Amino acid sequence: MNKFLVLFLLCAAAALAETKPGDVDNGKRLFERNGCYQCHGHAGQGGLAGARLSQNKLPQVAFIAYVRNPRSGGMPPFRAKVMSDQDLADVYAYIKTFPEPRAAKDIPLLNQ
Amino acid sequence: MPDLPLDKPDQSNNPLNRRDFLAGAAAGVAGLAAKPPAAMAQQVALKPEPHPAEAHPAIEVTGNQRPGSDFMVDVFKSLDIEYCAANPGSSFRGLQESFINYGGNKNPEWLTCCHEESSVAMAHGYAKIAGKPMMIMAHGTVGLQHASMAIYNAYCDRVPVYIVLGNILDVNYRRGNAEWVHSVQDAAAMVRDYTKWDDTPVTLGHFAESAVRAYKIAMTPPTEPVILVADGTLQEEPVADKNLRIPKLVTSAPPQGDSGAVAEAAKILVDAENPVIVAGRVARTPRGIELLVELSETLGARVEDQRMRMNFPTQHPLYGHPGASIATPNLSGYDVILGLEVQDFWGITHKMTGLNKFGMEAQPTTQPGAKIVSISAVELNHKSNYQDFGRYLEADLAITGDPESTLPELIEAVRQLITPDRRRAIEERSKKIAEANQRDREHDRELAALAWDASPISTARLSAELWAQIKNEDWSLVSNDRFVSSWPTRLWNFSKPYQYIGAQGGSGIGYQAPASVGAALANRKHGRLSVSIQCDGDLNYAPGVLWTAAHHKIPLLSVMHNNRAYHEERMYLTMLAAKYDRDPAISDIGTALNGPNIDYASIAKGYGLYAEGPISDPRELGPALQRALQRVKNGEPALLDVVTQPR
Repeated sequence: MNKFLVLFLLCAAAALAETKPGDVDNGKRLFERNGCYQCHGHAGQGGLAGARLSQNKLPQVAFIAYVRNPRSGGMPPFRAKVMSDQDLADVYAYIKTFPEPRAAKDIPLLNQ
Repeated sequence: MPDLPLDKPDQSNNPLNRRDFLAGAAAGVAGLAAKPPAAMAQQVALKPEPHPAEAHPAIEVTGNQRPGSDFMVDVFKSLDIEYCAANPGSSFRGLQESFINYGGNKNPEWLTCCHEESSVAMAHGYAKIAGKPMMIMAHGTVGLQHASMAIYNAYCDRVPVYIVLGNILDVNYRRGNAEWVHSVQDAAAMVRDYTKWDDTPVTLGHFAESAVRAYKIAMTPPTEPVILVADGTLQEEPVADKNLRIPKLVTSAPPQGDSGAVAEAAKILVDAENPVIVAGRVARTPRGIELLVELSETLGARVEDQRMRMNFPTQHPLYGHPGASIATPNLSGYDVILGLEVQDFWGITHKMTGLNKFGMEAQPTTQPGAKIVSISAVELNHKSNYQDFGRYLEADLAITGDPESTLPELIEAVRQLITPDRRRAIEERSKKIAEANQRDREHDRELAALAWDASPISTARLSAELWAQIKNEDWSLVSNDRFVSSWPTRLWNFSKPYQYIGAQGGSGIGYQAPASVGAALANRKHGRLSVSIQCDGDLNYAPGVLWTAAHHKIPLLSVMHNNRAYHEERMYLTMLAAKYDRDPAISDIGTALNGPNIDYASIAKGYGLYAEGPISDPRELGPALQRALQRVKNGEPALLDVVTQPR
């Protein structure tokens, strides 16, 4: 299936789905405990090993659907036996707390 | 013939050389053999015939009787080898004494190492800056066993290392158990699968010829480690050979690709609509960088640099995607792929099922009809056992030859074929690549800002802070940057041949700390500022090399990338546990380096270095770097322990 169609359907489903409230503290605990930080960084900054999560624009349902069945060759699928929907909603809530990054143009060391 | 203890002087005033003695002994044995068996048995029962070596009068080395090791030192001096790194060993004690007393401890100068793996990895890093081999010396048994992983790294990285092994081949000269357990029939056998050539000379004349040959072979592309076994008896007995000479070193011209094939490659490249150059181990000399720039500009082709050498300026408009995975660039959009001594060429042109899925499928990632052209000298030295050659590549044109030596002819052939129409297309293509490159760089800067104020410190922040301190110096990054998401490659301006040295080759951890010391040693005489981003897991293999750096006053700033884990493996465990629906939290077991945290600053101080840390607050990093760099500029090594994000 075309990846854009998949994304469209996920977003549509997200719009219709009921958003689960997330527990930020538990999300932080799971983010660290289950190794999300290992590829995505403690601040969700991403890197060569994993995608950026900071300022993630995916709706919660699409986020959960992706974690269940990632397209990337490196990301493992986290199924319900390992992380429930509520766990992932909590992680999603935690990711949403990552602060807005500073603009690179405002950081002198990134304009050397 | 009287029995004389070997430590007593010869009373005969007629010192025999070993060869004369052995000839006499052989005659004696022949006479014995002519006797009737019964008579011989009786004689043996009464008094065992002394073994030739036991019966041999002791030989003093007098003023005009130099030990063989002196001549060996003369041989090594003829090869202009600057350093010999070694952990001391009795099987080469003769050579060590001669190096220092006879050779004046200069060219080569002896470097005291705390582990043979450090010796070889130092030589590995040194060669990538100096462009020539360092010597290392080790026991042919236990020393080589320690050294073997580092030799494998150098072999996979196509780096020359001049290895001299001590051994005592003649049983009659093994004094006690230590010399028996340190002796071996065929010393080089253990590493023959991953060295290019070895020999075990039995005379000094043989030694001289093989020493020169070893150097020549090591330096002929593909450059690789070589081994010379220095027999202990040959080292310590007097020079007996007459008319000894040291052959003149004549290095070979590097193998160049076949002219017809090069012309064909040029046609394929010029006809391409969107060619790409993948650079593996290309630049052996500064000229290699110039040639690669010339070829890419002539063709208007992007260069995807695997960063195994300093191949191409990272700020050049045709430099590949700096933010992408360097070792495995995306080649899907090109109609011609020119690979120059590429590492795992098949792997970067195919996709395999990821570790997060079951089963194994592979499919090409190149566009249908894309042509693949390969130029590589590695095919001249394939071996079977270790699988560093990678999967078989179905190239459209494979040229065996050293890329750097083949480039001039390829560039000229390309020039000859470019018509005005092709030139316009090339210019247009170059412009588009440059624009995309600029967008990539701006995107990278935005990504670098993401965790700017985070603690642990982001690897982007660490790299930017370090760059701010060295960018106006004559600097050299003597470490790989893959484990810090390649931020130096993405943010710094690498342009000079000595500013980057690539990675381990065989992915053997424990390389980086000693390799950075060796590279810094090669930089020292040029007054360059050597810096290393040092992974914590790597330093723990043989941290004693920090002492070697302090002892020999090798200026080097090591900035720890201390993520407190063997992190690559930790990610694998998480991936597999999730794949199997099991608990991923176990990934710390066997991989994490915490509980207690390791205090690298204290370790470094213990070895005599200036050190600070652990530093977790990014605001403290800049001032700490300034303080440490001041010590390095004054000629000493320094270490900063920086607690970092995982990647």
